[in-house]
Amino acid sequence: MSVVTANLRTSPSKTQGEAVIETSQLTKRYGNFTAVDNLNLTVHRGEVFGLLGPNGAGKTTTILMLLGLTEPTSGSVRVLGFDPSREPLDVKARVGYLPDAIGFYDELTARENLAYIARLNGLPHAEAAKRIPAAIERMGLGEVIDHPVATFSRGMRQRLGVAELLLKQPEIIIMDEPTLGLDPEAAHAFLDMILQLKQDGITILLSSHLLHQVQQVCDRVGLFSNGRMMISGTVAELAQRVLRGGYRITVQASGDVDAIKRALLALPGVQKVEQTRPETFVIHGARDLRADAASAVVNAGGKLYGLDVEAPSLDEIYSVYFKEATNGAGS
Amino acid sequence: MAQAVKVQSPTAQPVSQARKRKGSPWTGLWAVVAKEMADHLSSVRMQILEVLILLTAVGTVYAVMQGVRQTVGQDPFIFLRLFTTAREPLPAFIGFLSFLVPLIAISMSFDAVNGEFNRRTMSRVLAQPIYRDALLMGKFLAGFFTLALVLTAIWLLVMGMGILGLGLPPSGEEVARSLIFLVATIFYGGIWLALGLVFSVIFRQPATAALGALAVWLFFTIFWGMLTSLLARLISPVTYGTAQELLRQIQIEQALSRISPNTLYVEATLGILNPAIRSFGILLPTQLEGAIVGAPLPLAQSLMLIWPQLTGLIAATILLFALAYVLFQRQEIRA
Repeated sequence: MSVVTANLRTSPSKTQGEAVIETSQLTKRYGNFTAVDNLNLTVHRGEVFGLLGPNGAGKTTTILMLLGLTEPTSGSVRVLGFDPSREPLDVKARVGYLPDAIGFYDELTARENLAYIARLNGLPHAEAAKRIPAAIERMGLGEVIDHPVATFSRGMRQRLGVAELLLKQPEIIIMDEPTLGLDPEAAHAFLDMILQLKQDGITILLSSHLLHQVQQVCDRVGLFSNGRMMISGTVAELAQRVLRGGYRITVQASGDVDAIKRALLALPGVQKVEQTRPETFVIHGARDLRADAASAVVNAGGKLYGLDVEAPSLDEIYSVYFKEATNGAGS
Repeated sequence: MAQAVKVQSPTAQPVSQARKRKGSPWTGLWAVVAKEMADHLSSVRMQILEVLILLTAVGTVYAVMQGVRQTVGQDPFIFLRLFTTAREPLPAFIGFLSFLVPLIAISMSFDAVNGEFNRRTMSRVLAQPIYRDALLMGKFLAGFFTLALVLTAIWLLVMGMGILGLGLPPSGEEVARSLIFLVATIFYGGIWLALGLVFSVIFRQPATAALGALAVWLFFTIFWGMLTSLLARLISPVTYGTAQELLRQIQIEQALSRISPNTLYVEATLGILNPAIRSFGILLPTQLEGAIVGAPLPLAQSLMLIWPQLTGLIAATILLFALAYVLFQRQEIRA
């Protein structure tokens, strides 16, 4: 896991690590209801950050505050060094936004819809005429560029939304529930596309409640609940903190099962060893212990038939974390 | 711009301070106007109403010309008669306008804001580097320009038909008076345009907004006239039957009726298109001393007569737009 993260981090941008989105003590209240509660969020240039949590956890409100579309009740926001509530035009010229329920003017064609956005962005006509077909082409909608958007499917609209982002050439892209309502294949293609955008050096902030999907693309995630960001970090870090590892290694071995079990238990980083079937052991560990387990089995005089690892999933981290949180509150 | 950013520390700025927004609120205004005008001019609902107004213009003007041909030589304001004369069974052209213009205006604006929410385009459009001001102002101006365009075309048509049918050109004063009439008509439409905009901000359902705006229009067109006399009798009852009491009641009734944009519009158009009109409401004998009944007022005097009505129409348009603006600025953008 850590290897994968390190690979993804080597994107071409020179200004690596500079914070492009920073909030401190950001709070939004609607009457008595606190939608976002003292949020401290930092997103660095070139990374993919996931705001994760159930519906109504305050993700969309946070996004709207980042774009200056909603005023914070208190706290501060900086996006690329600008204050979104005072300098929204500077922010919005550099940040692309893909809303959760994306809509277009149905009676206009794909090209006309993007042409309107280009004019709102003040793009010169000649430049827009070049960029629009290129962006639509890149999203695979070249064939239907002059069809009215009314005929588009949900997946096509989503792609047209990304074409609009490409047209703008933003430094940051904010996506609200981008894979919601897409079929699995389209969702997968969409996640690939996010990684391509990242390759272009664009910072991406996305919100989702579909944890297993965003786990594949996010460098870091923040778990949201009731307006608070409970924990944040890479998936591996969170797994370490919440599940104390969360790796499950299944070992199939024959021989002296007791000796094998004792040898496996003696390995560093092992939390628990279960014997699920006569010759099958499940190790709960802090990291990927496959190599250590293999040599332990062999050293204990056993025969190794199978070895399988299950990396920690965000779903699991999430459910365990909130179970612990609620249990802690109850006791 | 970069300097201003450097001066501020990134986090120490409390939200309540330094509220001033940067950048022009009108950035992107003309992009919105162009898009909305294109929508209006190509939309079926506008085309239907345009055809309707065209037919009434041709019909009424043709009917009037049949009647006034004989008196062409005597009447110095024959072109103005084209707008104001009713010939059975058709009402006068301004009568048609006074209820077709609100329909056109409301039809352009009742789904202006809530339509963007329903199509889920609002957050996408506002995520572009424009302020909300530009969006609302753009929508209003697009409707206003469309209205002006259509009404000016109709005005030209009527004048053209007049020249062809009557065989003489309009005098300078006739052109000036009918142009003022055109301005009054455009702003009369502007009121209903702004009212539709207000309802489109308040109600999320376009059908509700349309019905709300039409209800206000019906109220002022049909019921307000009945209500004003009732209200005037309540506010200032006639107990002894003196002239003062009667006069006061009539004045109150007139003042109340002028709350209605329809009254303002009808008075403004009649005052400017009929030079013989020298006062609205009752005339006391003292006011008529030395006046030649039926003699036309000069243009400046007619304009002075309708000045309150004309400014009232313009002010109401601006006030209603301001209301829509305030409501829209306070609205939450989330879908």
